[in-house]
Amino acid sequence: MKNAIEINNLCKIYKDFQLKNVSFNVPSGSIVGFIGENGAGKTTTIKLILNEMKRDGGNIKIFGMDNIKDERKIKEQIGVVFDESYFHGEFKAGDVASILKKIYTNWDDTYFNKKLQEFNIPNNKIIKEYSKGMKMKLSIASALAHHPKLLILDEATSGLDPIVRREILDIFLDFIQDENHSILFSSHITNDLEKIADYIAFIHNGKIVFEHSKDELLYNYGIIKCGKNELSELDKNDIIRIKKDQLGCEALVADKDAAKRKYPNLLIDSTSIDEIMLLYVKGEKVC
Amino acid sequence: MDIIISNSSKKPIYEQITDQIKNHIIVGNLNEGDVLPSMRLLAKELHISVITTKRAYEDLECEGFIETVAGKGSYVSRKNMNLIREEQLKKAESFLESAVDTAKSGGITLNELIEMLNLIYNGE
Repeated sequence: MKNAIEINNLCKIYKDFQLKNVSFNVPSGSIVGFIGENGAGKTTTIKLILNEMKRDGGNIKIFGMDNIKDERKIKEQIGVVFDESYFHGEFKAGDVASILKKIYTNWDDTYFNKKLQEFNIPNNKIIKEYSKGMKMKLSIASALAHHPKLLILDEATSGLDPIVRREILDIFLDFIQDENHSILFSSHITNDLEKIADYIAFIHNGKIVFEHSKDELLYNYGIIKCGKNELSELDKNDIIRIKKDQLGCEALVADKDAAKRKYPNLLIDSTSIDEIMLLYVKGEKVC
Repeated sequence: MDIIISNSSKKPIYEQITDQIKNHIIVGNLNEGDVLPSMRLLAKELHISVITTKRAYEDLECEGFIETVAGKGSYVSRKNMNLIREEQLKKAESFLESAVDTAKSGGITLNELIEMLNLIYNGE
């Protein structure tokens, strides 16, 4: 199957905010990083994918099935991890299993316990006494134990120390060893996405700005840094966004090697996801 | 098989992987028929995207160093000995060009150079 998730012209209208014709895909076997400012529409999009709220337009297919008509069937195959653990604080890990095994037909107790051991999650502690990292790992173990094909992660590594984050990223990379598995990973920690994402989808003000391969963004995109008087040298067709401040200008280009050949006397740097986001949000288009 | 990736190198990661695997094959760490780690496993071990490892393997396949069989994996190609020889010939030629340039600028004669080459080649 080509795409784990296909989103077409998704719309949602609120009083102060709108999701406008959001379209993007999560190809099977890939990790798609979902980025955007707070309030840009990431969580709304995810809630709509999970049919937690009604959409106002467009359609969503998961594993080729309609996400509303085949909701039950689809959800058996999705694991979701949010930034908070929503399990009751008085529960122990075993209690979580007792509940979830009645919900998922494919719940695998042996696998769940194996993961708890691997992640060093204690059997006898109640969840409200867990560290943040432990809570997250419990959420992940619970999301994996019914053998889903798709993981949807909403800020699943926020607030975690770099060591634990790395362990968790490894868990996700492990999950994707099966090429029928896919991950949609919404995160502010662009560093994590730079490490493991295959594609990056960027949402801004309720609209998708781009969906590109991460390699293209990190290796092909570049930033021309120059003074204001050198601006006139630049071909405006090369520039995606430009930001001017007191000390100079920064122009985002899609092909830094071509730019280096075209403007050999200008400084052209490689860029990062953070910088690309910043230029899209704070920079302007060249007219 | 060791693969060492630099994040600060200007060379794209897929190119670093391609170069290193080529090197392993040329030096003999990897031999004809040896199976390479799967693209996904390599991606996981190196903490990079599968698209990157896929690109590296595709480039290696294009240059004839490896073959990928769908469902089975990638292995070092049987047809690549001539290619390797070609590549080594080119490299040796360019090193010799450097040696000649250096010799000429230092007033070293061709005979002296040949003598030097003999000594070095025969393990003096």
